[in-house]
Amino acid sequence: MKNSELVSTGLPVIDIQNLDYYFGSGYLKKQILFNINLKINAGEIVIMTGPSGSGKTTLLTLVGGLRSVQSGSLKVLGKDLSKASLKQLTQSRISNGYIFQSHGLHGSLTAVQNVRMGLEVHPRIPASEMMLRSRQILEAVGLGDRVNYYPDNLSGGQKQRVAIARALVSDPKIVLADEPTAALDKQSGRDVVELMQKLAKEHNSTILLVTHDHRILDIADRIIYMEDGHLSAGR
Amino acid sequence: MRGLIEEIQRRTPLGWLQLSHHRGRLLVAISGIAFADVLMFMQLGFQNALYDSNTRLNRAMIGDIVLISPQSKNMQNMSTFSRRRLLQAEDVPGVKSAKAMYVGLVAWKNPQTQRKTSVQALGFSPEQSLLNVPAIKNQLDTIKLPDYFLFDRGARGEYKQMFAKIDQGKIISTEIEKRTIHVGGLFKLGASFGADGILVSSDENFLRIFPRRQAGSVNLGLISVESGYEISQVAAALKSRLGKNEDVKILTFPEYIKFEEAYWKKESPIGFIFSLGVAMGFVVGVIIVYQVLSTDVNSHLKEYATFKAMGYNNMYLLGVIFEEAIILATLGFVPGFIIPMGLYQMAKNATNLPIYMTLSRAIFVLTLTLIMCMISGAIATGKLQSADPADMF
Repeated sequence: MKNSELVSTGLPVIDIQNLDYYFGSGYLKKQILFNINLKINAGEIVIMTGPSGSGKTTLLTLVGGLRSVQSGSLKVLGKDLSKASLKQLTQSRISNGYIFQSHGLHGSLTAVQNVRMGLEVHPRIPASEMMLRSRQILEAVGLGDRVNYYPDNLSGGQKQRVAIARALVSDPKIVLADEPTAALDKQSGRDVVELMQKLAKEHNSTILLVTHDHRILDIADRIIYMEDGHLSAGR
Repeated sequence: MRGLIEEIQRRTPLGWLQLSHHRGRLLVAISGIAFADVLMFMQLGFQNALYDSNTRLNRAMIGDIVLISPQSKNMQNMSTFSRRRLLQAEDVPGVKSAKAMYVGLVAWKNPQTQRKTSVQALGFSPEQSLLNVPAIKNQLDTIKLPDYFLFDRGARGEYKQMFAKIDQGKIISTEIEKRTIHVGGLFKLGASFGADGILVSSDENFLRIFPRRQAGSVNLGLISVESGYEISQVAAALKSRLGKNEDVKILTFPEYIKFEEAYWKKESPIGFIFSLGVAMGFVVGVIIVYQVLSTDVNSHLKEYATFKAMGYNNMYLLGVIFEEAIILATLGFVPGFIIPMGLYQMAKNATNLPIYMTLSRAIFVLTLTLIMCMISGAIATGKLQSADPADMF
């Protein structure tokens, strides 16, 4: 299903209903998420904010297929992840782009090789096309002259831009980002989110972004607020 | 096939990039594997040299069928049987000749250092050489002289000056059992694990240095078969004729070589010791490669977790580890193959043992190296489980 189809049918890209989540078991069992209901439409940029420990990241990892759903329903791109096997969960991750607080770049790979890893996971893209697209997106994030640099030789902002390029190179339908600006100074943080916003609009991607950083809230189409595992609309 | 090539082109050679990015670590890994390979090559080389050197004398014997005493264990531990059996053997159709050879270990005084060392003495009727060594065939006249012997140029020990003197035509005299003997010439056969060198002479000279031995008790019977007769049939005929006496064992020439080899392989602890040495080299290799691979996995856990979050499955990461294992095995094998060649040469010069590289051994060690790296890789993959993508956020 393409994004445009989702828009036309009015189906949300992410559809969460009555989702609960627990950590631990037995006496140590602790509820993290309480009755979460959330719909995100194609092309939307949603920022989730709230104090630390409130369950934002847990929700993000559930949407990303990094954790298994325990109770409730979670549909991503029309697929019900609450019924997915571990193998299907791994498969579902391919259609997402991830941006982490720490860039997660591979130190033994150059910038362009790192970006290429974002394409290699998709089957049947020819090698030449992978290289071309990786170079193009590095140009787009302003690192056209740094393609063969190793992460150690890039600044924090540059590394995060490579990570964004890696997340977006495969035109993912959903981009999941966790505190992408936490390790950056004000200006590079601003640059990074504006870049995300621009590229997401171009590729018609949906963004779910978790942040504490109030300086970047203005790029959101919608802000949601998480507190103690309960979700509410933004203040 | 084309699909496969495309897949390979598509795939980032992550294992190689990881290894080559950390040059120091790679170098340590390669030297570790090379060390294990050198250990294995040396052990196998010595083991093979043992078998080769201990059958070298047996292989030099001239004969189609060999008679020995059933009590004989190996060349250095020969019992005797009655010379009458040889005369009886000559009556069997197809037997051209049956010659006696006397074998014994004796302590002689090294003419150069004046120290006593143990050498192997052989004696046979000097009408005709029973050893397929040209230098002996040419010097049969020398050993017809009383107390004249020929000595092994390949003997282990300090003989250089003595060899030089003999090469100048001089005759060297020394002592065996308080009897003066003369070394009138040299031949080349080589030392074995059992004996440092070989003395060859006539049966009469042999019996002079072994005063307690009798001419009627021989150690080896070498039988030549007349042309036109099947060796196996003549051997069968000999068995039916002599076998009932149970004091003599009849072996074809290849069986005789196997008999000697089997002793060193099974009865002596040396074969076991060298196999144990190979096993230790192997274990050392497994430990070194495991250390390198697990350090590598540990230092890349975060990156691997990221790849998992991106949708790469466990199989992909296992593939990376095994790619590294194969690369390490191959790179480590190169110095691990070259260094032993030099060491073989050194060991050959020092011990006069026939140590040399063989293709089959190289393939065997390469296979062991690959298995070694695979086992280490398999153990190291256990660490992958701790790369949890949910921890990345």
